[in-house]
Amino acid sequence: MKIAIASGKGGTGKTTVAVNLALALGNAQLLDCDVEEPNCNLFLGFNLKKEEDVNITVPEVDSGKCTLCGKCAEFCQYNAIAKLPRSLMLFPKLCHGCGGCVLVCPENAIIEEKRSIGILEKGTSERFNIELLQGTLNIGEPMASPVIRQLKAHIDESTVAIIDSPPGTACPVIASVAEMDYCVLVTEPTPFGLNDLILAVDVVRQLDILFGVVINRHGLGDGRVEEYCQSEGVPILMKIPYDRKIAILYSKGIPFIEQMPVWKESFRGMYEDICKHVSCKGDF
Amino acid sequence: MKICVTASNSGFGAPVDPHFGRCGYFMFVDPGSMEFESIENRQVSASGGAGVQAAQQVIGKGIDVLITGSVGPNAFSLLLSEGVEIKAFSAGSVLEAIEAYRAGTLETIGAANSAGKSGV
Repeated sequence: MKIAIASGKGGTGKTTVAVNLALALGNAQLLDCDVEEPNCNLFLGFNLKKEEDVNITVPEVDSGKCTLCGKCAEFCQYNAIAKLPRSLMLFPKLCHGCGGCVLVCPENAIIEEKRSIGILEKGTSERFNIELLQGTLNIGEPMASPVIRQLKAHIDESTVAIIDSPPGTACPVIASVAEMDYCVLVTEPTPFGLNDLILAVDVVRQLDILFGVVINRHGLGDGRVEEYCQSEGVPILMKIPYDRKIAILYSKGIPFIEQMPVWKESFRGMYEDICKHVSCKGDF
Repeated sequence: MKICVTASNSGFGAPVDPHFGRCGYFMFVDPGSMEFESIENRQVSASGGAGVQAAQQVIGKGIDVLITGSVGPNAFSLLLSEGVEIKAFSAGSVLEAIEAYRAGTLETIGAANSAGKSGV
């Protein structure tokens, strides 16, 4: 079972839900796919060990063979190659690594070189019975998706994998949520929360992934998120109250189910609901 | 001599567009004869690398001077490698920009002065 925890708006509680859900279930993999700012380990304190580099391929031009025909620059949709009157100039950070320039070069003057854009790390601990896999994009690198895809290749299909997605609705979110069995959209009952929830719902519907909503900081704001979910037939899986004790535990980096065991049952119940939802393919 | 001015529209009366890569039009002007050619910038809504394309386009026209408001790092390195002089002007018309250049009152843009966008 592969479950992505996503949201349109940032700061709604994705990491809180992902970490607490993984811990409540145990024997699970937690994948921190928010590779621009991975933060699950703030709540776990695992010792992380580097697993591997994430490389993308970028072109390298043999200026001896290049005739400055410009076909590569013309082909590149990302403008990573510029043809000047007397030379080519490459912009590796614009390159998406598609390899098209190598194919269109009539002189075989372009080869592909590897460039590291991030790393994958793995962490386990005596204290918690889960495995953490974390991707980190190097500072200044623009493309998060290759790191996320390589991280997801480590999913163990025989266990439960919980994915902590980046916020928003752009490419890194699609890379995180794609091919999951289920997506939990975390929101808060505020006008911002509702606006960005609607955008996120649009994305998961287009990806054809089953989904439900967790309302965090319930009690804050108004009832419009719930009204929206009802009118759209979106299941509300859980409501986490706007509660001082939860906030204090969060501020200390403690997953709240550790000290509020009743919530461990709630998260397990939510997982069972998700399994039912998945097994009846949405007839919930 | 050929000068390129980034403009929001075509013509000498058009306001200078301060964004190089995503400007509306490139106005190529010969300051001696005041003959001009204006070309629409197809990169206005490019998802990334607009500055790279724009720089290739204006370099391909053989310009000596670029007058604009801001240039990103990728475009700047291209223009620098071709020895194009980059001058700052952002409030006024294309004609006013050319006159200010002739009067020698425009400051040189000596480094990329826009963060640019690296194209995700």
